[in-house]
Amino acid sequence: MITMLRKTSWSPYVVGSLIGVLSWFSFATVDKPIGITTAFEYTAALISQAVSPETASTNPYYTAPEKSPKIDWEWMLVIGVFIGAFISSTLSGDRSTDDVPDLWRKRFGGSVSKRFAAAFIGGAVMMIGARLAQGCTSGHGISGAMQLAVSSWVFVVALFLSGVGTAFLLYGKKGTNHV
Amino acid sequence: MTTPKSPEQSASLPLDKGGPEKDTPERKNFSPKPLVLGAVFGVLFGFLLQKGGVAKYHILIGTLLLEDFTVVKVMLTAIIVGSIGIFSLHALGLVKLHVKPTRYAANIIGGLLFGVGFALMGYCPGTGAAALGQGNLDAISAIIGLMIGSYLFAEVSGRLEMTVMKWGDRGKLMLPELVKVSLATFLMVWIPMLLIILVALDRFTLR
Repeated sequence: MITMLRKTSWSPYVVGSLIGVLSWFSFATVDKPIGITTAFEYTAALISQAVSPETASTNPYYTAPEKSPKIDWEWMLVIGVFIGAFISSTLSGDRSTDDVPDLWRKRFGGSVSKRFAAAFIGGAVMMIGARLAQGCTSGHGISGAMQLAVSSWVFVVALFLSGVGTAFLLYGKKGTNHV
Repeated sequence: MTTPKSPEQSASLPLDKGGPEKDTPERKNFSPKPLVLGAVFGVLFGFLLQKGGVAKYHILIGTLLLEDFTVVKVMLTAIIVGSIGIFSLHALGLVKLHVKPTRYAANIIGGLLFGVGFALMGYCPGTGAAALGQGNLDAISAIIGLMIGSYLFAEVSGRLEMTVMKWGDRGKLMLPELVKVSLATFLMVWIPMLLIILVALDRFTLR
């Protein structure tokens, strides 16, 4: 058992199956699909409420009762993901210590600020897309797709097309040699 | 999160897709159960994402460069296993479905933006949290970006609700309804089809 937990990587089929089983339990116990973006939305809303209560209280997006930001299941889920990945990588010794991923370094150099800027802008654009479509790679890509939601499959196809396009623009044909 | 009430569409499928949640007494009183389970499921999910290697920059970008299919294999397997379980449990009346409303314009534009962000960031929200857990510090910057994006979206959400969110609004639409067959018939074709894709990926890709 412990040698299994210490392995650096598991087969994608084992990992995928277990994520599928995990989703059965999340539907059956808390009656919620696994989704990640809501937690970031709540956190941003809580911060903006703390920083400027007046603007937040006039924004209908925050005052609608079902959208009122709170520390909830989704939030604990994200904290859990962080801890789970920490435990997994610590057990196997598969820790990443670089600020700049190798693949990025080969293409764009070792500048930390450049990489952080791209990650920041990417994050902002990604979240606008996720809120617009009401889900992310977990909420739509896994939870929604398994429920045969049209919204989820449309979202996944669109994200894959633009993701592939943007990745080739960033890395070019040559980039594929370094993956 | 609850989804706004959508107009009931033709009930070709007698499925309860998880309507607006009611304020049951359990919901009003604070209950630690969802919080504890959230943490437990989160730890397991994060552990699996890390073991699957799908929190790694080169694997995620490798997916988008069509060189590494680990992410696709993980997702397809999760979808197949998840579908079989969720629809079986649903048939037994043990779970409710939570289908998000289809709004074609918002889903497509949102997906396109998400993809651009994904290629720039190299992680998605869940794998970003996992990447930070395994030590990738660039994920901090990405997560701050996610929150800024959420803030920016909230600023314009009123206007979007009146426009983009209304375009192509079809409510909680599911694939079987789209192709006008019963859920059972659809699953009998769909699940084997996904399995064939998965087997083909396994045979014809190295990663």
